[in-house]
Amino acid sequence: MSAHPQATATGKTGIIQMLGVHKWYGEFHVLRDIQLSVDQGEKIVICGPSGSGKSTMIRCINALEEYQRGQIIVDGVPLTNNLKNIDAVRREVGMVFQQFNLFPHLTVLENLTLAPLWVRKTPRREAEETAMYYLERVKIPDQARKYPGQLSGGQQQRVAIARSLCMRPKIMLFDEPTSALDPEMIKEVLDVMIELADEGMTMLCVTHEMGFARTVANRVIFMDAGQIVEQNEPEEFFNNPQSERTKLFLSQILSH
Amino acid sequence: MTQEHMHAAERPPALSVGPLGWARANLFNTWYNSVITLVILWAVIQAVPPLINWAFIDAVWGGGEPDACRVEGAGACWSFIGEKYRLILFGLYPFAEQWRPLLVMVLFIGLVVATMRRLLWGRSLIAAWGVSTVVMFALMYGGFLGLPFVANSYWGGLPLTVGLSTIGLVVAFPLGIILALGRRSNMPAVRTLCVVYIELIRGVPLITVLFMASVLFPLFLPTGVTIDKLLRAQVGLILFAAAYLAEVVRGGLQAIPKGQFEAADSLGLGYWSKMRLIILPQALRISIPPLVNTFIGFFKDTTLVIIIGLFDLLNAAKTALTDRAWAGFYMEAYLFCAIIYFAFCFTMSRYSQNLERKLRTGHARR
Ligand SMILES: Nc1ncnc2c1ncn2[C@@H]1O[C@H](COP(=O)(O)OP(=O)(O)OP(=O)(O)O)[C@@H](O)[C@H]1O
Ligand SMILES: [Mg+2]
Repeated sequence: MSAHPQATATGKTGIIQMLGVHKWYGEFHVLRDIQLSVDQGEKIVICGPSGSGKSTMIRCINALEEYQRGQIIVDGVPLTNNLKNIDAVRREVGMVFQQFNLFPHLTVLENLTLAPLWVRKTPRREAEETAMYYLERVKIPDQARKYPGQLSGGQQQRVAIARSLCMRPKIMLFDEPTSALDPEMIKEVLDVMIELADEGMTMLCVTHEMGFARTVANRVIFMDAGQIVEQNEPEEFFNNPQSERTKLFLSQILSH
Repeated sequence: MTQEHMHAAERPPALSVGPLGWARANLFNTWYNSVITLVILWAVIQAVPPLINWAFIDAVWGGGEPDACRVEGAGACWSFIGEKYRLILFGLYPFAEQWRPLLVMVLFIGLVVATMRRLLWGRSLIAAWGVSTVVMFALMYGGFLGLPFVANSYWGGLPLTVGLSTIGLVVAFPLGIILALGRRSNMPAVRTLCVVYIELIRGVPLITVLFMASVLFPLFLPTGVTIDKLLRAQVGLILFAAAYLAEVVRGGLQAIPKGQFEAADSLGLGYWSKMRLIILPQALRISIPPLVNTFIGFFKDTTLVIIIGLFDLLNAAKTALTDRAWAGFYMEAYLFCAIIYFAFCFTMSRYSQNLERKLRTGHARR
């Protein structure tokens, strides 16, 4: 299915291409020469110590963050300061946040139909049907009329995933989607993500759920100090890490 | 092990029994609380009976003669209000035509009551306000169907106060929102413009703004062009209120977590959709208490139009006092005005609390 990491890293066909991307926060060099190419349908797990720039990297892909050097091309559209391009990319890229970020003043159904109605100009009937379809998919159709504040964390995160899917994105970004959840709710969210992966969605996922990485990922990327230190197929990555920093990191997170 | 039978539902345990129990638990629970309670009780006993005597028992209600109020031991002279209420309520509006401003006030209050019903919110209510505004102005001006024309320099009293504040707020509110958004804009020119405007207006007393609007502004107009005094006052009030409302709205905007902006961005919503659908509904809801605070302050601040010679409610009351025959009944005149102001402000305050409760949705948990 997916090409070997070495091949994709230089391939020109990737749906996401990051070419020599650098980013600074003031004086602080947060992303250093990021080279990444992601094929359609590929599932990538990104891990690394806190502050290594994982969130910053995936947030560059939907232009929540700007970058200062290099180039990012998403689905053939170069991400520049051009607002048209940014809007075009955001329509195709969904994002799920650690803190869910549902809109608290809208019902679940309104959360789901908002973007299709106002961005895609979908007729209301159709938008609501799509919303109900995805609520079924994440197994909470009976919560459609509730407000986000009335749901559990796991339910909220599944609504957030459904909200992104309602825009029918080509790519889904996940930034630690289970980190704010109680242990018993993590599985219900991961199950939804695994199902999504099985259907061939292109996914980039920052997570420390190594079980998820083993079962779903085509490639695991390890970041440290703003750089991609190592990337490999999950088996190789976990069983045979190359760099010392990766070994240290893995020993820390797998020890408990 | 399972429980044999269902436990019957019970009432929650009563915290205290009866008014006596309540008083013991709340008013006399500690020695210092008892002292405070007694002091307050004493003050109430000192103040309330004389007030009731003055306002009701010794008061002069009958119509007509000011001399009836001037006898020894007379209380409030309500016959003064009976004599002058039309002057106070409608100012210098021609006496025979005062049914017109009265009708306008009835229409206005009717609309306000309708607007307080959330079920009625919608296009037709907005249309009703639009049509009524035209009707209200037509009634005030006249000059058609045999209604004599009344220039707006004769308008006064309650319709003037209510009109200046309502139109002022309705126009200043969106302006304030735009200014607040502008102050947070990424575009330096827009941001600077908004900051300068807000700080300039806030740094100046309302009297000065009104004075400039009425006296200085016409000096800059080309000769021959005139804008009437009422409109200039209205513009001054709007410019002033907008700056204050902008800061209130900005406070609300700052309270919205960054994640809400990012979620809206990541869904591809443009700036205006994001603000209108996601950010402002939340920001304005949390701003309701300070917004209403500003509304109420503004409603009362309109009394300052007195200094450029408009006959608002308070100025009309002062005018009523200039009648030699009725000179000296300040208390009655100002109390009458105070009750009217209080009725409006208290209604605003209560309604806003009600609205806050109704709009409290998502944060039910947490
Ligand atoms: N707005 C900002 N301004 C300045 N520095 C920032 C900003 N956002 C992030 N940083 C810094 O950039 C670095 C990378 O942040 P980032 O959030 O990408 O890390 P991360 O790998 O996602 O970490 P975590 O696992 O804790 O989420 C951190 O050192 C952080 O302090
Ligand atoms: Mg992060």
